[in-house]
Amino acid sequence: MKDYKEILKNIKKYKNNDFKDIELSLLSDSSTQYLVKFLKALALENEFNMKLWDAPIDQVEQQIFNKKSEFHKNNHTLIIIFESTHSLLRKYNLSNDKINFSDIQFSRIQSYLNELSSLNKDVIFFNFYEINDYVFGNFSSLKKNSFIFQLRKLNFLLSDHLRKLDQFKILDVSSIQNRIGSNNFSDSALYINYEMVFNINGNYEVSKKLINLILSKKASFKKCIIIDLDNTTWGGIVGDDGIDKIQIGDLGIGKAFKEFQQWIKKLKERGIIICVCSKNNEDVAKEVFLKHPQMILKMDDIAVFMANWDSKVNNIRKIQKTLNIGFDSMVFLDDNNFERNIVKDNIPEISVPDLPKDPSNYLNFLYNENFFEINNYSDSTSDRTKFYKTESERIKYKELSSDLTDYMTKIEMKSQLSSLNSFNIPRVSELSQRSNQFNLRTIRYSESDLLKIMKSENYFTFVFELDDRFGSHGIVSFVILKCISNEEVFIENWAMSCRVLERSFENYIINKISEFLKQKKYKIFLGEYIESKKNKLVENLYTKLSFSKLENNKYSIYLDEFIKLQTYITSK
Amino acid sequence: MKRQEIFTRVSSIFREVLEDDSLNINEKEGADDIDDWDSLTHIMLIVETEKEFKIKFISSEISNWNNIGDMITAIEDKL
Repeated sequence: MKDYKEILKNIKKYKNNDFKDIELSLLSDSSTQYLVKFLKALALENEFNMKLWDAPIDQVEQQIFNKKSEFHKNNHTLIIIFESTHSLLRKYNLSNDKINFSDIQFSRIQSYLNELSSLNKDVIFFNFYEINDYVFGNFSSLKKNSFIFQLRKLNFLLSDHLRKLDQFKILDVSSIQNRIGSNNFSDSALYINYEMVFNINGNYEVSKKLINLILSKKASFKKCIIIDLDNTTWGGIVGDDGIDKIQIGDLGIGKAFKEFQQWIKKLKERGIIICVCSKNNEDVAKEVFLKHPQMILKMDDIAVFMANWDSKVNNIRKIQKTLNIGFDSMVFLDDNNFERNIVKDNIPEISVPDLPKDPSNYLNFLYNENFFEINNYSDSTSDRTKFYKTESERIKYKELSSDLTDYMTKIEMKSQLSSLNSFNIPRVSELSQRSNQFNLRTIRYSESDLLKIMKSENYFTFVFELDDRFGSHGIVSFVILKCISNEEVFIENWAMSCRVLERSFENYIINKISEFLKQKKYKIFLGEYIESKKNKLVENLYTKLSFSKLENNKYSIYLDEFIKLQTYITSK
Repeated sequence: MKRQEIFTRVSSIFREVLEDDSLNINEKEGADDIDDWDSLTHIMLIVETEKEFKIKFISSEISNWNNIGDMITAIEDKL
């Protein structure tokens, strides 16, 4: 990563640019000029032009509650709020009720966050970095009325509250401080003289994480990590050294590789796909996964295993074809500079970080790179591992039943239908961002887009879950219908997870919606296919679903003439 | 360290922070005389100077400087 002086050069370098604008407001109780400067420079680095309104210092609540304020005039959707711990400490110093300090502050903050929530704002809130005033010496963290106790409690209260609200994100400033250390993070002279609570380096580190959060909506999500084996996943070269000589485990440098594998495993549990790409004999490489007692990663964890003597470029291309996801959603980790450069040159879309030479530094380096940013953490993603396991059971079952109809009936598929609501919005947004193949118009909805649709009277929304005897797939499809007139409705978008293809689910969905529309006395049901790079799969979908083709890839059904389609799915 | 050497090193810090390779400062100049020397770049000038000479300024010193000459005197005192 470039240092801050180099990043700041962007401001002059890109003075005239045609990048896309990002608009946002920043409210803070301390001086934010440097934060703003870095944010703008980092946005340019990512080819965005940041239009940021920096509110006058210490007007967080006034700006939000006063309906005539400049904040409301600007009316930006994305709001960043930064209350400093230095101000919090000043409030604490004046407080008469130190035992309840965090609760009182929490409800104060909650009240303006609620206001922002009712205005449908996307909010990024800075949690509190730590200051310990050591009034109670080393016992401070055990004293309920100490500042550090109250501060940590407040951070926890905020996390626990905001995790339930989709539009809110926390910028974990406390972790940044923890990682780089207080001395690299703030400087009391700068605070006293300029009300700057972070020093320049601290401002830069905070800006880097903040820009990640801001851009996460616009960036492509990483879905897959491809790892090399020798000297990346374990120490040594298994083909030369032998399985018993490679380094992995609790001894020496083996610890670095063990912790690296534990991190990969956690990513897998979060839903990231893990693949192997290594120059090795396949049987030799696999033996380590199967037999080495210290290995954390097992064969089950690896979706595609490529160990051969073909070039890594070819192998990565094969992985991409198998998984059918874009190169831009993949990260490739390899200790060998030569291999990295070949991959970078041939597949420019893929992310190939330059791993540090010393394996002890792998993890810290990867933490800082922060490849796996997410728009919002939706619980269903984390169940993907469980899903893949039951999926392999499903495949076995599929082999057993010779007759497909028989199989479909046997697995007892049941679907639950609901409209958009605050619980399913995160998952629906995720589905709209991640589904590429079964996505008829490839409209990406953010959570606030969906919230607007949910509240609008011009839309009908359908969110489908699917269960079968092997487990629950969760929310796998959604349809957003726009009412065009009293008689006509149009499918603004329809996306479905590819995991549930070929189960007659699309038939079920059209049956359900047609039934609903007939009851509402609609006459014409319209759809459209907009071609993207990846959605060839559904090119003829509407025809298969008995729609008639109009011109320009538009399709329609007269609801009176609609005959129910065959499906193996029943309603729950 | 001679005052002249300090001055040369300070000059190159100014050029780097203010992103102007052709900048020639002199000891009599203050923030009003140099384009781009504003309250923001001022902080960075201080931080970079502290790094360069491995020193730390006292808050009261910084606020009393009227020109680059004062700044160099403060550095000289600390070396």
